[in-house]
Amino acid sequence: MTGVSMTGGRTDWLIYAGLIGFGLLGPVLFPAYTNQIAVMWLMILMASTWDVMGGQTGYNSLGNIAFFGIGMYASAVVQIALFYDVGEYTAAFGAIKVDFTDAQYFGGLALGLGAAGIVAAVVSVLVGLCVFGLRGPYFAIGTLGVAVAMAELIAGWDYVGGGGGISMPVFPGEAGASSLAFYAMFFVLAISAHLLLRWLYSTQFGLALNAIRDDEDKAEAMGLHTLRYKLIGWAIAAFFMGIAGAVFGNMIGFIEPLEVAFPTTTFGIFMVAMALLGGKGTLWGPVLGAILFHVVKELTWTYLLGWQWVALGALIIVNIVYFQQGILGWAADTWPAAFGLKVDDGGNGDASTAKTREAAE
Amino acid sequence: MLENIQILIAVPAIAVDLLIQGAFIGAVFALVAYGLALVWGVMNVKNLCQGDFVIMGGYVAYVTAQQGLNPILALPVAFVLMFMFGWVVYVTIIRRVVDRDMFTSLLATFGLALLIAQVLNLIFGPEVRTAEAGFGTFFLADAIIAVQWIRLISLVLASGLALGIVLFMRYSRMGRAIRATAQDARAARVLGVNTDQVYAFTYALNAAICGAAGVLVSLIWVIQPYFGIVYSIRAFVIVTAAGLGNMPGVILAGFGLGIAENASTFLLGAEFAIVAIVAMLLGVLVYRQIQMYRVRQVVR
Repeated sequence: MTGVSMTGGRTDWLIYAGLIGFGLLGPVLFPAYTNQIAVMWLMILMASTWDVMGGQTGYNSLGNIAFFGIGMYASAVVQIALFYDVGEYTAAFGAIKVDFTDAQYFGGLALGLGAAGIVAAVVSVLVGLCVFGLRGPYFAIGTLGVAVAMAELIAGWDYVGGGGGISMPVFPGEAGASSLAFYAMFFVLAISAHLLLRWLYSTQFGLALNAIRDDEDKAEAMGLHTLRYKLIGWAIAAFFMGIAGAVFGNMIGFIEPLEVAFPTTTFGIFMVAMALLGGKGTLWGPVLGAILFHVVKELTWTYLLGWQWVALGALIIVNIVYFQQGILGWAADTWPAAFGLKVDDGGNGDASTAKTREAAE
Repeated sequence: MLENIQILIAVPAIAVDLLIQGAFIGAVFALVAYGLALVWGVMNVKNLCQGDFVIMGGYVAYVTAQQGLNPILALPVAFVLMFMFGWVVYVTIIRRVVDRDMFTSLLATFGLALLIAQVLNLIFGPEVRTAEAGFGTFFLADAIIAVQWIRLISLVLASGLALGIVLFMRYSRMGRAIRATAQDARAARVLGVNTDQVYAFTYALNAAICGAAGVLVSLIWVIQPYFGIVYSIRAFVIVTAAGLGNMPGVILAGFGLGIAENASTFLLGAEFAIVAIVAMLLGVLVYRQIQMYRVRQVVR
């Protein structure tokens, strides 16, 4: 696979300016769609962090959504436990309305978000120690199993409300202010994760991940401590997923294990589909895929109500079966020069080299 | 949790009951896993919509029961319908992913699983359904062990179906072609086997087996559009534990999983049933990995 992580320097900054401009102006220009745009940043974050393991390291996880749910629950427990007994709060199923003062709410939220990221990262390391021995499809099935099991475990745990869920503390202030606040959190998270990954992929760490993807045994023989790289890579993804889950839980206001916290069959598969749609193993692919996917998703919600899930399932299948290299992968094959790819004549005959060779002759 | 151990010690006959009921469920699991082992072994496709084929078959029985017919009659209907459905799925989707890496087929079938679950949900709604065949129950050992006739009948039907498939694979021309393709697809092609057709037939046969198993599931248990994924995970547990190409092992492991699941539901409580299955999956996967690791070390 060719490394298509870098586009030209100037276009890069134009895209950043466009994205950040849209991020700042979006909720001002389309106030009715603030939540939808917030979810778009969440989708970008999900696809980008999935790509750390799925695209760059070649470990296709179907269970990254587990960290989303763990973060959501960790944050909920911290936010409530600071000022109240969690068991009593959840046993009442939202009948107890605890009035948090502004300071209590924001302090709890800040601590909760931090705890969410850390707990998710710690859990990812523990899970990773078990599942990173698995390769290829076994890893995918094993991680899918982890996500399903997490949802069932939480659903059976009465302390955190079991299957009944938890009503989150209510955001103080007007409704408009709360959606803007959560919007800002998603926006900052997505952009900072993207910048962190951009830097990460340009370091030796990124090269090590790619080496694991290309040939893990060889990478190990070269002296790379592959398990450590995989664990750190996954923990970074889990950290961001955990915080994102915490923000999402607070934005929704009510969390519940099967549909909200561990949506294996919606967000869990969407993040994979988005990364594949844009082109996995690239920096910009997941971003592009997430934006496109989100737009299609919102359109099907508006115009195909009732059949929206069927349409999305069909989109995922068509994407995977017919168009697996993704948009950026296809673009890089078609115009390799625009991506700064060097085409060497002694290449192993993949589509791009073959095409350019023909042109040269 | 675990209070039920005391009951088990006080009344040992319950252990027999757990074994029998587990074996009834296990027979269905064994069928589903057999289909998965077939597709996995022959085509190297990991079929994650296995469970959704089962649920589709279950709804065929449900519709039959709605029409006032005995749902056992749905068994051949589901077999034929799902065979055709499997063929269509092969031609539209699976044919294009057979030669790709295994994650592609895994993801494509996972997408298909979502699609099937959503369509079933739209047609039948999210309620839990069952197909009532209307047979009684008979009792053993002072009425501690209750055996429903329908479970016994379904065990017999499952065994008959499994036997039929084993005989088909061993003696028919197509069965031999399938086995030849599984051993070496290229050599089979050179020797004049139409491997594309063999793949289509294998996938369709798998769907048909799942459909028939689904009829049995709706007879003895309940179905719901989103229950499919758990059957897929069970099938993976069984096939990974037994090893590919080890058909008697698959059937034994199927019964074993049925009994283990039934016992863990009794001991840990119903809310941890799925956790127990997934724990078994991870246990089996990690155990296999350790085995592989040993092999790798020896090879060095």
